[in-house]
Amino acid sequence: MHSRTANVVLEESFLSVRAKLLEVGAALDRVDRALETGSPLDEDVSIRRDKIDDAIRLLLSERPDRAECIQLLFSRRYSPGWRVDMAIDS
Amino acid sequence: MDYIDPHIHMVSRITDDYATLARMGCVAVSEPAFWAGYDRGSVDGFRDYFRQLTEVEPKRAAAYGIQLFCWLCINAKEAEDVSLSRDVLAMIPEFLDHPNVLGIGEIGLNKNTKNESIVFLEHLDLAVRYNQSILIHTPHLEDKFQGTRMILDMLCDDSRIDRSRVLVDHVEEHTIAEVLDRGFWAGMTLYPVSKCTPERAADMIEVYGVERLMANSAGDWGPSKPTAVPDLIFELRRRGHRESLIRKLVYENPIEFFSQSDHFQFAPRDGNHVTI
Repeated sequence: MHSRTANVVLEESFLSVRAKLLEVGAALDRVDRALETGSPLDEDVSIRRDKIDDAIRLLLSERPDRAECIQLLFSRRYSPGWRVDMAIDS
Repeated sequence: MDYIDPHIHMVSRITDDYATLARMGCVAVSEPAFWAGYDRGSVDGFRDYFRQLTEVEPKRAAAYGIQLFCWLCINAKEAEDVSLSRDVLAMIPEFLDHPNVLGIGEIGLNKNTKNESIVFLEHLDLAVRYNQSILIHTPHLEDKFQGTRMILDMLCDDSRIDRSRVLVDHVEEHTIAEVLDRGFWAGMTLYPVSKCTPERAADMIEVYGVERLMANSAGDWGPSKPTAVPDLIFELRRRGHRESLIRKLVYENPIEFFSQSDHFQFAPRDGNHVTI
């Protein structure tokens, strides 16, 4: 179902990707500047900060399912035994 | 191109939105029952809401040449109160014979709690007992993966459920494959921020095809865009996809799924008849 070349796809995506990366960079700079003037991140917020780093590492990987992996990174875990844990009759 | 938005909450939109949708090519919408932004306090609050969906809103839509169908339930965001939910479930059959009701929805999970699961299972039972199609909400953000899997567990454990009559909405990259692989219909919700963009929806179409797949705006009172489906049509055209593929996604698929409901009496525009 893909009819366009990689050249075309990258050319048409370049400016929007560039803009989104700039937004990420600016947000991280903003966090760092705030850290310099105030208290450190709370533990639960720090976990979120670490997840952003993990997501950036995923972006740099060459796997074909980066979007799916980033979704899973930011997802709560699923346990097949959830019904037993919640005492829900199936 | 004529299109159908299979999930939009027009009760929360202004009349000008109907005019805009009509100008964009929208010929029909389906409106699942929804959380109003606050928890309703009594079963009579829901009775009034269901009258709005079955009596008032279809007329408002018809003024712009749009057919409005609806689904009934207590939304997962209000399902923590199991007692009230059961009162609403007992009242729903009063409305199931109404000519624009397609089934039970949007039921599902939101925070993936025990009470939400109990009310979801009771909705499934109601749908089966009254031979209704089902439209399902899956949670947002970090709850989506877990909640979708829990929902699929409950659906697949009930042998009475016909999977071809179940639409699991708000799928994204990490949930779409499981929904389609297990034989359900999947809906991609196009939202400005918190859900899927038209570009990402087009990516998923290129990976998974358009069989048993639909796209919707889920337009409501929050940040959302009721014309998101035309945005996806534009994106698919921009990428060079065939008109027949686009038409299947935004027109023929909704008709095929909705046609399983006895009350889906759709009147296509002249020269635009569909053979499924």
